[in-house]
Amino acid sequence: MTTTHEAHPLRFVGVDIPSKADLQNCIHCGFCLPSCPTYIATGQELESPRGRLHLISAVVDGRIEATERVLGHLDLCLQCRACETACPSSVPYGRIMEDARASIMANAPAAQPPAWRGRALFLREVLARPSRLRVALAFGRLYTRSGLQALVRGPLGATIREMLPPALVRLESSAPVLDRAPFRETGTLAAPSAGGSSTRVALLLGCLQGEMYPGVHEATVRVLQHVGCEVVSPEGQGCCGALHSHAGDVETARALARRNIAAFERAGVEAVIVNAAGCGAAMKEYGHLLRHDAHWAERAQRFSEGVRDVLEFVASRDFASGLGKVERTVTLQDACHLAHAQRIREAPRAILGAIPGLRLVEMRTPDRCCGSAGLYSVVQPAMSATILEAKMADIASTGAETICTSNPGCTIQIEAGVRRAGLDAEVCHVIEVLDEAIRAGR
Amino acid sequence: MPPPTGPNLSARHASDATLALTMATSSAAASPASAGHPAGHEALVRDLQAALGPASVLHLFEDIIAFEYDATIERALPEVVVFPGTTADVSAAVRIAEQYLRPVVPRGSGSGLSGGAVPLTGGVLVVLTKMNRILEIDVANRVAVVQPGVINLQLQEALAPKGLLFAPDPSSQRVCSIGGNVANNSGGPHTLAHGSTVNHVLGLEVVLPGGRVARLGGRLADTPGIDLRGLFVGSEGTLGVVTEVTVRLVRTAPAVRTLVAVFDSVEAASEAVSAIIRRGIIPVALEMLDREIIRLVEPRIHAGYPLDAGAVLLVEVEGLAEGVDADGASVEEACRGAGAREIRVARTAGERDRLWEARRVGIGAIGAAAPAFYLLDGVVPRSKLPEVMHGVMETSARYGFRVANIFHAGDGNLHPNLMFDPDDEGATARVLACAEEIMRLCVDAGGAVTGEHGIGLEKRSYLEWIYSPADLAAMNAVRVAFGGAERFNPCKMLPGGHGCASGHGAEALNAMRRGSDSV
Repeated sequence: MTTTHEAHPLRFVGVDIPSKADLQNCIHCGFCLPSCPTYIATGQELESPRGRLHLISAVVDGRIEATERVLGHLDLCLQCRACETACPSSVPYGRIMEDARASIMANAPAAQPPAWRGRALFLREVLARPSRLRVALAFGRLYTRSGLQALVRGPLGATIREMLPPALVRLESSAPVLDRAPFRETGTLAAPSAGGSSTRVALLLGCLQGEMYPGVHEATVRVLQHVGCEVVSPEGQGCCGALHSHAGDVETARALARRNIAAFERAGVEAVIVNAAGCGAAMKEYGHLLRHDAHWAERAQRFSEGVRDVLEFVASRDFASGLGKVERTVTLQDACHLAHAQRIREAPRAILGAIPGLRLVEMRTPDRCCGSAGLYSVVQPAMSATILEAKMADIASTGAETICTSNPGCTIQIEAGVRRAGLDAEVCHVIEVLDEAIRAGR
Repeated sequence: MPPPTGPNLSARHASDATLALTMATSSAAASPASAGHPAGHEALVRDLQAALGPASVLHLFEDIIAFEYDATIERALPEVVVFPGTTADVSAAVRIAEQYLRPVVPRGSGSGLSGGAVPLTGGVLVVLTKMNRILEIDVANRVAVVQPGVINLQLQEALAPKGLLFAPDPSSQRVCSIGGNVANNSGGPHTLAHGSTVNHVLGLEVVLPGGRVARLGGRLADTPGIDLRGLFVGSEGTLGVVTEVTVRLVRTAPAVRTLVAVFDSVEAASEAVSAIIRRGIIPVALEMLDREIIRLVEPRIHAGYPLDAGAVLLVEVEGLAEGVDADGASVEEACRGAGAREIRVARTAGERDRLWEARRVGIGAIGAAAPAFYLLDGVVPRSKLPEVMHGVMETSARYGFRVANIFHAGDGNLHPNLMFDPDDEGATARVLACAEEIMRLCVDAGGAVTGEHGIGLEKRSYLEWIYSPADLAAMNAVRVAFGGAERFNPCKMLPGGHGCASGHGAEALNAMRRGSDSV
């Protein structure tokens, strides 16, 4: 027997098994290979989109079982979807990978790979539950504010770092600096303009953005006001469920999607604005996520059509008048779920390009993943670090003082990269730079 | 027994001939455990692991399954996959394979279009993706030395800042390897003026039987002795494994003009091609995209191809600025004379890039439009282009297949793509029959059975249409001189061979699908 012997040979089960129609779109041309960060790092077909699609097809067809080795290849995928941009045959890779992971997690819990089950448990019981997430983040905030974080990271921390296991030190160095009070406001965030001509929009607070980077929400609200919007933040909204979908826990993702749809429908807005690319991509796909649900499928589709990334939305309006100077050299990291999943590349460039005094220096392959990829940097630390290292070299060669992103995961990852590489650069959301220009113009 | 060939090779014959392959493949597919490896499998794996390191050897079914394909519909499993990092590794792998009487099949990026890297009789698949370093760029002498796994575009990107390029530019250049270009003597849009890979390879380092390492050619255009370099280029991995390539570089032209001529029909555009060539102009590229292709790529790329065109010609002339003006004007005149209703000239580098991007992704885009398609690669004399294209359209219509054409019109190198659904009863056999009729049209017009994709598995039997038994015997003799037909990449290029079923894997794939459905 040439296959691995396993106690619980896994197959794909349930309603989410990747469809033959999706899989057959792949003509094996290989155009995806050079766009894939893990193929670039390994030169290995099994770590390429084409290889993974072939493995998934083989599991669907019953030619192989989903052994630990096979799942390892699926696991090493960042789900950055750069292959979708490269694919001439429009293979919906992200959807196939999510379906494959969901069909593994649809096996009985005892049969699920322990690491997958643990990941799903964390996402379900912590990330999707604000009270628990806030307790966890409170410890992080305490760690920062007590000065312990600065101590550990500073020159005096060398002894401490030597005493700790290297894996923990690496994990610590990836942790964000939580030095701000979180943004958790609901209700009206920006009042309608006096003339009554404003557009009413809602803001997704999300699970992490407001907790880790409250400044992004503050800037978003001010910019939306600048472009003539009334901004509300509906009660009852929560985590978008993107990471749950990525990890194969579609049931939790569906529950979160339904809650958000209901909350935002009540708000009666023209658009739902999202300033985290990963969340926006997931919410634009709620229609697909709930396609099997007779009660929700149509509502979800309608909801998805109203979701806009903040950069896409702002760029489509008159944002450029009255901007002040921001004299700075900036480089832009395309968030994968903005460039590849949502196909938005021009908007952030149009916004940065309109700011007087700002010099945008493009890095090599700005749309290549930074290695953050949700929980990836935690569960695949070695590959994540390899990818980040290449990214930081590309960033460093631009000489930029400001690195712009459009997703909190990328911000956390690149901040860690800046610290490790010893660069003198700040990392922020594109919208924060625009906000600065608006304020400078007053 | 040689497979039936010639015009009598009906679809029925083709499906009979593939029966053996079908059975072999589907039994492996249904039950990997019962497939059974040839004697000495464990020892072979152990020796390869000892020589190359365990991380560079794959042998489990769930791993090697990702090496059973290239960009065709052919499928066959290797016995072992190795990833050499050096010439010495390749040499060791070849020696060990020989010791266990296993064939060696080289593989680059696996983007080939003729089944060349599909290991039809198993054996040791030598994947060269780790040998991907550009070793030297000698600007003064316009020479570069690269490892075979270097991606074509990777080389172009390294050369561009120096004002140089490697002329062969297959549409798959973002993924195909230089080793693969050498194996298939690859072309590309710009080989019209510059010639295909064989014109741009100066020297090779190759691993021969016994793991012996030889250097063929050199760094100069002419080297004394028998030109084995020329023999190796385009030999599709049947003579040995290429481990280093010395290429000739050309200078980037000072001026370039890219224009699109819009026609109402494929036939009219074909007339224009003949007219351009008759004027004595050799554009650097002269490509045709038909209505089907335009409708697939334009909504995605937004290059500016009109959706209601019957066909367009994408023409590029380059040289000194004055010459480009004159040639451009002459091309425009020729096109208008043949009935072009509109000529568009790319005004910016961005516009030019988008026009070419549409060309590059065109064939892949067909994958989204049909469950499957069969890509043909035939050559006709350019003067015969209008009548052959008329025949292509007529033949595919008669068989009831949608056909999409996107090809190197200036070279007379056709790429009709027949769209079909393999789940339709008998569709695959009808596609093969239709393809054969079209290839027959090319040959009857004085053409050839491959332009640039290689013979591989898919077109072996067609060779007998254009070569006499004596011609083929001469080719076989070369193969014998390099260790025989069973040593390197068996069953490729030349007709027949032991254990070689006919290469039309479409039939096998179809049967496999049906087989797996019934499991």
